[in-house]
Amino acid sequence: MKKILALMVAMAMMTSLAFADSTLINGAGSTFIYPAITKWFDEYSKTNPNVQFNYQAIGSGGGIKQVTSKTVDFGATDGPMTMDQMTQAPGRIYHIPMVMGAVAVAYNIPGVGKGLKLTPEILAGIFLGKITQWNDPKITEQNPGVNLPSSSIVVAHRSDGSGTSFIFTDYLSSVSSDWKGKVGKGTSVNWPVGLGGKGNEGVSGLLKQSPGSIGYVELAYAKENNLTYALLQNKSGNFIEPTIDSTSKAAEGANIPADFRFSIVNSSNPDAYPISGTTWLLIYKQMDSVKGKAIVDFIRWAVTDGQKLTAAMDYAPLPANLVDLIQKKLDQVKY
Amino acid sequence: MSRQDTSDIVFRRILAVFPISILILVAGIFFQLVSASLPSLQKFGIGFLFHTTWDPVAENFGALPFIYGTCVTSLVALLLAVPVGVGVAIFLAEYAHPKVAKVISILVDLLAAIPSVIYGLWGIFVLVPYMRNSVQPFLGKYFGFLPFFQGPNYGVGFLAASIILAIIIIPFIISVAREVILAVPSVYKESAYALGATRWEAIWDIVLSYGRVGILGAVILALGRAIGETMAVTMIIGNNVVISPSLFSPGYTLASVLANEFAEADTNMYLSALIEIGLVLFLFSIVVNILARFLIWSVTKGPSQVIK
Repeated sequence: MKKILALMVAMAMMTSLAFADSTLINGAGSTFIYPAITKWFDEYSKTNPNVQFNYQAIGSGGGIKQVTSKTVDFGATDGPMTMDQMTQAPGRIYHIPMVMGAVAVAYNIPGVGKGLKLTPEILAGIFLGKITQWNDPKITEQNPGVNLPSSSIVVAHRSDGSGTSFIFTDYLSSVSSDWKGKVGKGTSVNWPVGLGGKGNEGVSGLLKQSPGSIGYVELAYAKENNLTYALLQNKSGNFIEPTIDSTSKAAEGANIPADFRFSIVNSSNPDAYPISGTTWLLIYKQMDSVKGKAIVDFIRWAVTDGQKLTAAMDYAPLPANLVDLIQKKLDQVKY
Repeated sequence: MSRQDTSDIVFRRILAVFPISILILVAGIFFQLVSASLPSLQKFGIGFLFHTTWDPVAENFGALPFIYGTCVTSLVALLLAVPVGVGVAIFLAEYAHPKVAKVISILVDLLAAIPSVIYGLWGIFVLVPYMRNSVQPFLGKYFGFLPFFQGPNYGVGFLAASIILAIIIIPFIISVAREVILAVPSVYKESAYALGATRWEAIWDIVLSYGRVGILGAVILALGRAIGETMAVTMIIGNNVVISPSLFSPGYTLASVLANEFAEADTNMYLSALIEIGLVLFLFSIVVNILARFLIWSVTKGPSQVIK
């Protein structure tokens, strides 16, 4: 009798120990979301000390691979998984939009300040190598009064595979059939012209040092480094400055499919900045009970309260209607 | 036949494990590279080495621009680094006051210890603007008739990358070449002087001639470093998939495309093609080493005399 009692006490102690033990959630993927997710983890674990997070910013491609092979509990990607990749996964994967960001088109033209106006046609023309001089009639026509030099245009792009490139080429593909046919969209593409810089810092280095250059960087990076960036003409014909508001607007006009694998570039909202993108968390529909609950609770917090924290870091907050849809989606997750 | 102690046999067998483990390691790397690049090997075959397109979207891959970039930057870097490196080594070993030589040697070792990303940043912020504003306009103006110095002047490109590579490999050449020169027995030099040789003759005919194998070894070591150098080159070569005879042109190397694209390679064929790039780089290094070995053999007239 004593033995059985002792055994029961021991078991009770072990189970209570197991519950007191904190849950470790592992994630990997997008570098774009890394600053946001680190901030979230930091704040979230203050109120939920029993959940611990570990996130490796190895790139979106790596995030998709690791979540598919189940070496991590969630992935993060700047471009949605393809149908092919979804079928390779061992279970049903949900895409949950977490943050949105804009890609700014920055330039360095001696004597020309902020706010150069660019149309989709001009931007595609420059990156295809068809427009090669700053005083090309197509550019001067949109910018009366701006003294554009006759110097040649130096195109700068990312050389490393990146979500920023994905959003930018996704945009060019959606506005230019020529671009779509010749180059297409991807984290790395076969650039027709230009110099490649490694990372945002590589591109901004090229921009700062090459007079007559144009390139693209994340909005937060362009702001921090005081790069001059362009106003872009959106689908409605308005010239829009990239801000977190005009980025959030992009999702308000977007047609949102049930699986959330949407693209918000070239939004039809008249106030939207057209080169905007999303980072998704990739989670399984069926998760184990402890981790599943922890992940879902964290996401619910991040898409609501968490958005205020990231807005200060130049990530655009998710619009309210999208947050409602995400909450409904999370109800379907089983754990 | 000498009697062998048991401990001697045990020690010998234990020692034998180490070289065998190196063999296994190299074979393992080779096997892994081949097996992981199999889809790409099957799809593109030998044409992979000669295609000039690198299109991840259409999954059409060829390695020629990267092979070309690696060859050009490494060779130009050697052309720049060998005279400087050997010159410094001769000065340190033969001319400099021992105290001066000591200080400079410490500085050289310090240079060798600087991480290449630091060289890359220095390249972006100091070398590239200097190249664009001063060096390349000068070369274009006075040597523009040569195909190497034509085309638009961006600052970044083959020439800037080669110069960074040269700076990175110079300390290696200096360190090894200096040791080689110091190892030349002074009897030889004294004999030369006794026969009325000038200092120049003693160095050129005696010291360099005696130490040529070792100096070649230094050069090969430097070449190996130049071929594999990734970070600094990636930061300033311009990363553009082109083959151009002009050193002003942006380019790409085998190592930099791996550094740039590996993390985000999302499809199997793309990943496989990148691993095949790794395989090409691996074979490239082996071929360079074999060629170097033959070069040393031919210099020393037969394999038996190879010391280094």
